[in-house]
Amino acid sequence: MSANIPNELRYAKSHEWIRIDESVATVGISDHAQAELTELVFVELPEVGREVEQEEACAVVESVKTASDIYAPLSGTIVAVNEPVAENAGLVNDEPYKGGWLFEIKISDPDELSGLLTAEQYLESISG
Amino acid sequence: MSSFSPGLKFSQGMLSRTILYEGHQSLNARMMAFGGWEMPVQYSGIIDEHLAVRKACGLFDISHMGEFEISGEDAGGFVNRVLTNDASRLSVGEGQYSILCNDEGGTIDDLYVFRLATTRYLWVVNATRIASVGSWVDRLRAGSDLMEVEVLDRSAHWSALALQGPRVIEFVNAVVAGPSEGGSAVAAVTDLAKNQIGLFRFGDEPIWVSRTGYTGEDGFELLIDGGHVEALWGQLQSQGHVACLQPVGLGARDTLRTEMGYPLYGHELSESISPLEAGLGCFVKLEKGEFVGRDALLRQQSAGLQRHSIAFRMTGKSPPPRPDYKVWLGDQALGVTTSGSVSPSLKTGIGMALVSVNFPKSGGAFEIEIRGRRYGAISVRKPLYKDAAS
Repeated sequence: MSANIPNELRYAKSHEWIRIDESVATVGISDHAQAELTELVFVELPEVGREVEQEEACAVVESVKTASDIYAPLSGTIVAVNEPVAENAGLVNDEPYKGGWLFEIKISDPDELSGLLTAEQYLESISG
Repeated sequence: MSSFSPGLKFSQGMLSRTILYEGHQSLNARMMAFGGWEMPVQYSGIIDEHLAVRKACGLFDISHMGEFEISGEDAGGFVNRVLTNDASRLSVGEGQYSILCNDEGGTIDDLYVFRLATTRYLWVVNATRIASVGSWVDRLRAGSDLMEVEVLDRSAHWSALALQGPRVIEFVNAVVAGPSEGGSAVAAVTDLAKNQIGLFRFGDEPIWVSRTGYTGEDGFELLIDGGHVEALWGQLQSQGHVACLQPVGLGARDTLRTEMGYPLYGHELSESISPLEAGLGCFVKLEKGEFVGRDALLRQQSAGLQRHSIAFRMTGKSPPPRPDYKVWLGDQALGVTTSGSVSPSLKTGIGMALVSVNFPKSGGAFEIEIRGRRYGAISVRKPLYKDAAS
């Protein structure tokens, strides 16, 4: 498994990564996920202000072949979205952990944080 | 991303593999299940492979497709009695696109029929339809007064490759030597005209080569005994290097055919969709005399078609259209999309739809519903991509 899985991030089983900065979580998809999805041609982002529940589908990434839902890894309110990926979906492939981030959630239930995977746990989940 | 599944989705039971399976793996192909087969969906990437076929050339493993041989004194009469196109026009060494209908005018399969010799025909059929074609043709033959006909399913014997793109003519003769020994009489493979087929040699091995394809580009399809297909694949890869040949998977095969507006069985065609509804009327020769499904098709035509297949493109920024999205005209639900994708050549969403309104061939505006929102689309005359060779 050659996927890049930064240690400082948390992950969801459904392949989102999460960067926690106090009460705001930045969300994208893992390097492993972008490689499996292949070249992305379209990204649909949630509306800013939308309230999402943990595991609620709130964005869509599409390759030539398929559309895949992205789930909110934590409950809260969408406070920002990464507009550049809506113009250039390839950013998600090229920089999954940087320019390819998708949205930010203002976390409403900090208890959910403990259920997220560490890098080690995520690696294990995709190595099975 | 729960719909995201790394690796292959196994549907039911084991999937068949073509002889080239390991070759695809060694090229780092991403594999997918298609019609009971485990096939390469892409190698370098769908868009890259698509553009390679449009600009240079690509090599496809299409060994999953089926082949039937129909031979005997009455073979020609039988073929023309069961297919919609006029097979009586075929000289030895010629082929045509045709449809096998059921009695209701629905489509059992769309196929290519070649006349290999005076009383010997070859059908190339869809992988997903081999069993259905086989059983329907057996029933038709049993009920026919044309006695001297033998039908053989040769799908397990033949492997098939498609070599497609404007630059294939630069090296194909170096791999498959002329002159032909059967079918169309030509000095070299590149002397075949569109839709012609000839019997050549690959080394000592017989190989049928036709100037046909499913991409809209110039190119050839090659049929060889499965025992020699790995050698053929290898030779084409090494000789094709000069023309920037790339292996191409089913992903680009689908976007290439969609840009041309070519139907795909199970999408534009089914046992309940007639070739007339699918817009394939030019391959249905109602005037040629009796054939399977003709009465039903005549009734459809005289009553007026209830459904029409149209090609479309999206008019603004939208998610890619995909099959089974609803089509709207104001408050009126018109039908569904049957195919859809991002066009790598046109860089916009394109597709086909089966709708209840007879739109103008081009310029008819409507909407496609994608995840609860509607996006503008416009009917476009086929082919959607107009710069292909054919």
